[in-house]
Amino acid sequence: MSIIVNKDTKVIVQGLTGKTGTFHTEQALAYYGTQMVAGVHPKKGGTNWTGNVDGKEVQVPIFATVKEAMEATGANASVVYVPPAGAGAAIIEAIDAGVPFISCITEGIPVADMVKVKARLDKSDSRLLGPNCPGVMTPEECKIGIMPGSIFKKGSVGIVSRSGTLTYEAVFQTTQEGLGQTTAVGIGGDPVKGTEFIDVLDLFLDDDATESIIMIGEIGGSAEEEASEWLKEQAAKGRKKPMVGFIAGRTAPPGRTMGHAGAVISGGKGGAEDKIAAMEDAGIRVSPSPASLGKTLVDLLNGK
Amino acid sequence: MNIHEYQAKALLKEFGAPVAEGVAIFSADEAAAAADKLGGPLWVVKSQIHAGGRGKGKFKEESAGEKGGVRLAFSKEEVTEFATQMLGSTLVTAQTGEAGKQVNRLYIEDGADIERELYLSLLVDRTCGQVAFVASTEGGMDIEQVAEETPEKILTLPIDPDAGVTAAAAGELCDALKLDGVAREDGLKLFPILYKAFVEKDMSLLEINPLIVMKDGRLRVLDAKCSFDGNALFRHDDVMALRDKTEEDEKEIEASKHDLAYVALDGNIGCMVNGAGLAMATMDIIKLYGAEPANFLDVGGGATTEKVTAAFKIITSDPNVEGILVNIFGGIMRCDVIAQGVLEAVNEVGLQVPLVVRLEGTKVEEGKKIINDSDLNVIPADDLNDAAQKIVAAVKGA
Repeated sequence: MSIIVNKDTKVIVQGLTGKTGTFHTEQALAYYGTQMVAGVHPKKGGTNWTGNVDGKEVQVPIFATVKEAMEATGANASVVYVPPAGAGAAIIEAIDAGVPFISCITEGIPVADMVKVKARLDKSDSRLLGPNCPGVMTPEECKIGIMPGSIFKKGSVGIVSRSGTLTYEAVFQTTQEGLGQTTAVGIGGDPVKGTEFIDVLDLFLDDDATESIIMIGEIGGSAEEEASEWLKEQAAKGRKKPMVGFIAGRTAPPGRTMGHAGAVISGGKGGAEDKIAAMEDAGIRVSPSPASLGKTLVDLLNGK
Repeated sequence: MNIHEYQAKALLKEFGAPVAEGVAIFSADEAAAAADKLGGPLWVVKSQIHAGGRGKGKFKEESAGEKGGVRLAFSKEEVTEFATQMLGSTLVTAQTGEAGKQVNRLYIEDGADIERELYLSLLVDRTCGQVAFVASTEGGMDIEQVAEETPEKILTLPIDPDAGVTAAAAGELCDALKLDGVAREDGLKLFPILYKAFVEKDMSLLEINPLIVMKDGRLRVLDAKCSFDGNALFRHDDVMALRDKTEEDEKEIEASKHDLAYVALDGNIGCMVNGAGLAMATMDIIKLYGAEPANFLDVGGGATTEKVTAAFKIITSDPNVEGILVNIFGGIMRCDVIAQGVLEAVNEVGLQVPLVVRLEGTKVEEGKKIINDSDLNVIPADDLNDAAQKIVAAVKGA
């Protein structure tokens, strides 16, 4: 099993015709035939996108709107590569069209636009992942977003991370250790976003194939503390799986934004030590180094 | 992006917020005219730097006098005297660090008769994804200290973006600030104005500390700190025009030109990494092995060869850098692009220090081949641990 996406997921690409959309759609099509069923472009409806997959030409139909693309293809997911200025509107279009799962990869969307998106999202049944995230991937079944497929291996670890590239570290290391992954989810580093840690952890706890979980947070905000508190409550009800954690930014100076709009410590809040303490208090084994996520998990599973 | 207090007040005034009359000056020659224009009998001379704690700050130079970065002047002569002392001097506050910041601009403002000092700010509350007001009767103080010691004195009020600041919300804020009479009438008008300014100008923080109730019962914005969402600056040329580059680190300005996230630090290992989380984790692991990072640098997702070259130049322009660690886990970022960029940068600027390169992810084989086929003196690394150990060893051995 897996969470959020599997081999039956049919994906619409918003922003397919751009360079980034094209590159990653080709990669997705090449990855165990992920079903990229349609593209959306307001002025190019009725045409076809042509890509190159493993040396062969592949075509994907373009529709003028998300709604038309859904009706024509039966898609149940979308991925947004639209540039920052238009990405908020693209997500809202997908929400209004009733797309059940939307993943937004775009980095640098104005926060005010995401506030509008969030208001619309809360009144809908759609799930949004991101923005500013690497997407979601279930090994050998479905690749939505920009994670490199070559580092994945089908297995038993569920991975959830606020940082894109640290998601890859966790995937890479669990593959090296022979554990593999059920699904890896990058929730993104923006302050206003869709899916949060708790949403993903809830799904992993329910998923039979997920035997253990790696959760990667970073400085700023309080999402890690909230998730740790929630995990404690769940454990009290008997819902519990072995977990390894990591917090990036232990050495970051206070008051400075470290790239992610969210990664800033202000006034002693959202610091790494508080987050690590909260995670440990919830029974998560926190890895001291980003290079030993896999090894820490293996030790934990072996009762060391 | 931050702006100065006087710029923030001018902006708020455009939206109709009550601010005092004031004049910004850049040299002491302008002080007398400014004082004349305002009329007195009380003037406030305020240092304009991008850091808080100015009132309690101290100047480094003896010639600037004993008083802090915000001074009350009771005569026109005193305005000129203070301006002469303060301009060009270095102000050290709790937020500037020991080096302090040179004061290049002053804001001369009408004095006010203060009855009460309040705290009011707007920010994006990440827990609910809405713009929220933070209000407290404890103005003029460090709000984080208030939050720590007397959290019951702080109201956080998120605003539904579809509804805006409703009469009920404005009333709730008035209650929290204990406003009545004219002050309440002013408050009911002020809160929607501030919300409008925040949203229309894509601010990330608007802090008014203090908001004051004057002896005549009216409200006034006495100080204003305003930061803007860097991601939204593309749609605000007017805000961009307010940028004061003298307040920013030169390397950080260069980095922002190339859309790179760069923060200068104190160590000696330069880092070039993709992704903010991995960049922070790379700093963490360098420290774990007993060395210090010279910078945070996230080349971002869609980096081009030009961007990587620019990043490399910025890192090598820091004289403290004794070794460089390039750590790339390509997803959206392609390893071949990084490798090409490193190559071109080294060809252009030369390489005087050890360079460790760790590549993984999208197009990794192509990237490694580019590095290996070149005659560059690069120390390749297999994984993050290996990379960190190798660069720390190389720098310590040097």
